[in-house]
Amino acid sequence: MNASQTDAAAPAADATDGIIIARDVHKWFGQLHVLRGIDLTVKAGEVVVIFGASGSGKSTFIRTINRLEEHQRGEIIVDGIELTNDIRNIAAIRSEIGMVFQSFNLFPHLTALENITLAPRKVRKSAKADAEAAGMKLLTRVGIPEQAHKFPAQLSGGQQQRVAIARALAMQPKIMLFDEPTSALDPEMISEVLDVMKGLASETGMTMICVTHEMGFARAVANRMVFFDHGQIVEQGPPSQIFEAPTHERTKQFLSQILH
Amino acid sequence: MTAEIAPPPRIAIGPLGWLRRNLFQSPLNGVISVLLGAALTWLVLQVGGWAIGEARWSVVTENLRIFLIGRYPGDLAWRIWLSLAILSVLSGLSAGVFGRTTRMLAVTLSAIQALLAVLIATSPIGLVGVVAYAANAAGVWIAFVVGLRGWMPRRPLTFAWLVSLPAAFLLIAGFAGTPLTSVATNAWGGLLLTVVLATVGIVLSFPLGVLLALGRRSRLPVIRILSTGYIELIRGVPLVTILFMADLILPLFLPGEWRLDRVARAMGGISLFSAAYVAENVRGGLQAIPTGQVEAAQALGLTSVQTNISIVLPQALRAVIPANVGLFISLLKDTTLVTIIGLLELLGIGRAVLAQSDSLGASLEVYAFVAGVFFVLCYAMSQASYRLERALGVGTR
Repeated sequence: MNASQTDAAAPAADATDGIIIARDVHKWFGQLHVLRGIDLTVKAGEVVVIFGASGSGKSTFIRTINRLEEHQRGEIIVDGIELTNDIRNIAAIRSEIGMVFQSFNLFPHLTALENITLAPRKVRKSAKADAEAAGMKLLTRVGIPEQAHKFPAQLSGGQQQRVAIARALAMQPKIMLFDEPTSALDPEMISEVLDVMKGLASETGMTMICVTHEMGFARAVANRMVFFDHGQIVEQGPPSQIFEAPTHERTKQFLSQILH
Repeated sequence: MTAEIAPPPRIAIGPLGWLRRNLFQSPLNGVISVLLGAALTWLVLQVGGWAIGEARWSVVTENLRIFLIGRYPGDLAWRIWLSLAILSVLSGLSAGVFGRTTRMLAVTLSAIQALLAVLIATSPIGLVGVVAYAANAAGVWIAFVVGLRGWMPRRPLTFAWLVSLPAAFLLIAGFAGTPLTSVATNAWGGLLLTVVLATVGIVLSFPLGVLLALGRRSRLPVIRILSTGYIELIRGVPLVTILFMADLILPLFLPGEWRLDRVARAMGGISLFSAAYVAENVRGGLQAIPTGQVEAAQALGLTSVQTNISIVLPQALRAVIPANVGLFISLLKDTTLVTIIGLLELLGIGRAVLAQSDSLGASLEVYAFVAGVFFVLCYAMSQASYRLERALGVGTR
């Protein structure tokens, strides 16, 4: 956890720079213009919630941050490294970013603990015993150390997603990306995952970008909320402002639909 | 919270009940059961009567050595036994050390060698052979216990496996100019040749096929086109043609002093042929892996080689075990085709035996024996595959 501690001290110094800087990011899928000039700067330690209608480009945008999707115009700078086609840059950036997916994407042929220790052992070349000790610590942190030797198929959805969070944390990232982490979960399991995420935000000061429609979570944890509509950022601000005084018509409409 | 957990209702119907439920459920059902039962009984009596009464099995037992090893010198046959002994001990140790996935190999090797001992007992080869192969069959289990006790470290064992197959091969082939005199592969025949061709074919074609499958999905156009071209070319040509080409045309391209012997050419032909089919099977498995798996691995910072080795291939290869074992069973049977380039594998030996004047009229016995041996080998492979699937099936989606 050394990385995150040094980080927690850092934001005051370079708060203006931003650990993630996106400038005029464009992306097309074939003829479809899915990202239409995204400008977003995220400061170290900040928790940003991105929300918006399905197809508004929010998932695509966070996937460009670790190059799971390639942007075609504009620039993305993560912790001072610009994302280009240079494979070393991509590797360097990916090693600083953890990602949690909507459908967990755990490796089904590995146990929970093996899922967590795989990357530290292969990428960081950690010793097996060290990686496993660290992995057990992470499993304890997400509340399921007793499931260490089970396979993903033997775990509930909520447990799987918690393993996935632990797996991402094992690389000691400075930034965590969450791509709709609770939308594939049964209702009674959503809170156990959100609790882990809340703990992550409050205890470690991790920089987090979450695509989610869990508005309770956003209100409790987010420093800033960003509303995506048709590939553009329409409105952003602290939760209080977004919930109580949204300015844009599309934001009001969308919020009224999901908040009833 | 603590609701009583009711056990499932116990259903016991007994043998009579079973008969009524499965064979005599309705009058029509009963008639069909009786008729089929009668036909089956008649068939079994006929075949059994022939096998026990009329059949002159002496044509098999008298020629058993030829069926097993062809013209391989009898006084050097211990080298084949030693190779099998090494493999037996290794598979026994592995079954103890690595557990489930390798246990079926030990069971198979032990069972087949026990069968071999019984066969040899009927032949003029003599007691030495019986004892030797019975010892191998038992050796598997002694090694198993040793492995189970943890007296064998893992790493040297893995290494021993890597060395063992080439070592066994060299032991059987020998070296010119060493105490281990070389045995020309022309003299190899019968079951020995069948098993060697099939084993080498499987061991070489599998990795080659995996590489071709990965090559076909490569982002580099040159690799992709070469792999695809190779696969399509080979799949468009019958194995017989490839064997002829390997036998006749290959020597034309090789420099004069490079004389590959006939068995090596057949091995090459079979492996290259089979690799194309392995590649297509594996490609099917690769396509079944969700993209999320690769994305998760990439997001963790794994390189594409690491992603393939640790994430994609383990899942893809497991998914195609049934298809690949099916392929390897046909490969085993396809080795009979090497007769056309003059090699005498098991079936070829059978025909050679039948050409002798004193085995006149015993063709049924010879073909029945050859078919029986192939059945045992193929059945062992398919059983091993089921067990492998179940052993590896733990924790699948």
